Amino acid sequence: MAGETYQASSVQEISDLLLKNFSGKVGITRTGERRVYAKVERDSIHDVCAYIHDNLTFEHATSIMGNDMVDRMEVIYHLSNYFNGVMIELTVELPADNLHVRSVADIWVGGNWHERETYELFGIVFDGHPKLERLLTPDTYEFYPFRKSYKLRGQG
Amino acid sequence: MAYSSILDWIQFKDVMSNPFYPFESYNLPFDLSYKIWELLGGLIAWLINLIFPGNGVSVWLMSDEISNVFALVVFMIIIFLVVFVVTLLSLWMERKVLGRVMDRRGTMIGLKGFMQCLADGFKTFLKENTIPRKVDKKTYLWTAALIIGTSALIACMIPLSDRWFVVNYGTGLLIIMALFALAPFFILVSGWAQNNKYSLIGGMRAAELMISYEVPMLIMIASTCLLAGSFNINDIVNMQGDTIWFFIPQIIGFITFIFCATAEAERVPFDIAEAEAELVEGWQTEYAGMKWGLIMLADYLRGYVSCAMVVIMYLGGWLIPFVSGGVNGWFPEIVFLLKVWSVFFIMIILRGALARVRTDQIVNIGWKVFMPLSVANLAVVLLLKLGGVF
Amino acid sequence: MMSRDVIDIKAETSELHTDKMWVIMGPQHPFSHGLWTLKARLDGEIVVDAEPIIGYLHRGWEKECENRTYPKIIPMADRLCYAASMTYTHLYCMTVEKALGIDIPEKAKYIRIMADEICRIQSHLMWLAAVGTDLGNLTVFLWAMREREFFMDLNVRMCGARMTTNFPRIGGVRNDIDDEFAMFASRCVERFEKAIWDIIAMIDDSSVFVSRMKGTGILSREQCANLGITGPAMRGTGVDFDVRRDDPYDNYDKMDFEVPVLKEGDSYARYMVRIEELFQSCKIIKQCLQKVKAIGRNAPYRLKVPSKVPAGRAFVRMEDPRGESMMYLISDGTDKPYRLKVRSPIFVNVSAAKPLVLGSRIADVPAVMAMIDMCLGETDR
Repeated sequence: MAGETYQASSVQEISDLLLKNFSGKVGITRTGERRVYAKVERDSIHDVCAYIHDNLTFEHATSIMGNDMVDRMEVIYHLSNYFNGVMIELTVELPADNLHVRSVADIWVGGNWHERETYELFGIVFDGHPKLERLLTPDTYEFYPFRKSYKLRGQG
Repeated sequence: MAYSSILDWIQFKDVMSNPFYPFESYNLPFDLSYKIWELLGGLIAWLINLIFPGNGVSVWLMSDEISNVFALVVFMIIIFLVVFVVTLLSLWMERKVLGRVMDRRGTMIGLKGFMQCLADGFKTFLKENTIPRKVDKKTYLWTAALIIGTSALIACMIPLSDRWFVVNYGTGLLIIMALFALAPFFILVSGWAQNNKYSLIGGMRAAELMISYEVPMLIMIASTCLLAGSFNINDIVNMQGDTIWFFIPQIIGFITFIFCATAEAERVPFDIAEAEAELVEGWQTEYAGMKWGLIMLADYLRGYVSCAMVVIMYLGGWLIPFVSGGVNGWFPEIVFLLKVWSVFFIMIILRGALARVRTDQIVNIGWKVFMPLSVANLAVVLLLKLGGVF
Repeated sequence: MMSRDVIDIKAETSELHTDKMWVIMGPQHPFSHGLWTLKARLDGEIVVDAEPIIGYLHRGWEKECENRTYPKIIPMADRLCYAASMTYTHLYCMTVEKALGIDIPEKAKYIRIMADEICRIQSHLMWLAAVGTDLGNLTVFLWAMREREFFMDLNVRMCGARMTTNFPRIGGVRNDIDDEFAMFASRCVERFEKAIWDIIAMIDDSSVFVSRMKGTGILSREQCANLGITGPAMRGTGVDFDVRRDDPYDNYDKMDFEVPVLKEGDSYARYMVRIEELFQSCKIIKQCLQKVKAIGRNAPYRLKVPSKVPAGRAFVRMEDPRGESMMYLISDGTDKPYRLKVRSPIFVNVSAAKPLVLGSRIADVPAVMAMIDMCLGETDR
């Protein structure tokens, strides 16, 4: 996505830019010291991430994680830059019956394994991922161990 | 009957008076083994003669020809045992010195840690002799035998002094060099035979290593022989006694040769064929039990030969400066071995201080550093020879 | 506008037709420090393709935590990385404190920073030892291990354990440090600052070591950022970023230290960055000792905290010896976490193994991968 490039922008600038460029798709839930928390619609996550990487110069995807809220799933992205230590937390909510989200591994290659891990532990499918296979657990596993429906011994 | 007393059988005849004496000059180990055989054979002959007086076997046992044959058997054992013990001592020395370099104590079991070498040998001897199922069995075993065999052969052929030798041949240094250079070929074949990728890469690397150090090494041997005017080890050493130790005129060659010898012995920093960081154990990966133990021994035998070549070519062999003759009153064998161990000490320090070089780097060093240096050394020798200094 | 197509390294290949072979290095291979595998495709000696495989040590750490009360996770966090155990415990405690919304006593912050830096030195020394063996020299290994032992003793002096220390607590630290510890620590650090020069001289003055590290495993700044490599490996490629300085936690903003950054991007730069970090850690330890002394003997070092964490989410990131680690805690108001996510630096760094080793010789693979400083406990979790 072409456009102006911003480096070392402040928390306020980032939230303004996100809201301006993706009105209706991104909602800033709260901000903190060097932290921006946002909710993103599932369909626009790749565009938002591309904008954050290309225009806001957030070169580093710190982590991509999944979370099982029983009635829905969440994918949480932590993106950071190398200039002033600001981190953006993007949360994407997925309905339990449609666990598909666009992969961002083409934007941050470092996100590749994070997405593989999230896939194998939660069953969240990242569309467009170059190699969506099990990474930590054996290939023969047919269940997703970090889902809340998978109970440990002694767990309620 | 004439031969009733045991002393009639054991007479300790002069070994040189034997008409079938196999050497041209006095040979100390053969003398020792001849005396040992006289003790053993004389005892047997006396016992047989006590039971069957006047039989021919006793006389046959103690005849000049047969004594010689049996003395040669004992001679072989003595020569190998000495080399074996020298190698074990080198191993022990490496462990202790390397331990001190690394701020630890080295082996501690028995006789300041020397018994650990024997214990290790015994351990490998007791291990199960496993052969992987998919190796080319004949090649796998034969190459191991040939690597160990050639190494032991050259180690035995190194003369410890002018009275302690196996063969005093005119082209001594060349033959040692030729046998020395054989092992990399066997390593290459062995790497193929083991059906293991690490071994294969290790074997390739042994060949790569050989093409990088062999040529400068031969040029330096040639310059030494040019300086001495002979390939014979005795002549080279005596020439150094007559003039000056060769490491002074050939200081470039001396330093370069130490590094080449390190590469020849496949020791750090040139142990790329068995680089354990990336190739597990390189070409030795699939050898187990006593085979591996013997290959390890062969490694140290080759280290000993490398050091011995440095001593013969540059450090005056078994001679001591300002002591003419050398032999009388001094033990030239001990002097020689002490010198060998001093050179080995340098190699141990090198091992403690340096990292392993890469394959492309060793070829670079071989052709861009060692090669010009050895040629420069040859030029210096030629100038000295033409100028009439030697 | 930033380019995204940065990870496109073409391996050097020969023009001869040669068969390429897969060599599987690991998990019992001497080069893999820990249980992981590097599948490398070789053209002669040159790596043309590579694939790291992990997962041999996966224990389901995050899932296990959902079954335990908050204090019980502290000793488990120690086991994430045995070489620098305090950093993960520290990170975990900070995350829970953030979720609780409490501020811990100043003294505890300084003691934690000091513990962190001691662990950083230990971890870097262990890395140095591993570099020694990977380059084929055991002397560096033993010397570095010897130096590490002094800091282990310091750990014992501080909290009674050598490796898995179980020292930081939610709301502070387990025990105060005494004057004797301060004396031993300053002595140990001063001694170390001299003794480390032995090892540095051994490596830097030797052209063999330097030539093995220079020009291998080169990554540009853009590649490194995109691959998500963090820590000293990142700062060796010219990224000027350190969580301790740019996103400070605890009292790192009150500390005076520098972040070494080199632009070369090869193994040698990564090595130099780590060595410089050792000295900076010593500097921080000395400052912490002074600050703790200034705070006084009887100052509080631990808060009483409730056992139940209010519902909410919190995350903290910190500068681990190996890179940027992060914990994300989702709490549902009970005494057990709803979800606890660990972002391990090595998990991402090892995924960059392919671009790191591509085009280099097989002999360089251990040296290049050693600069990442593998630790599988945190990688597989």
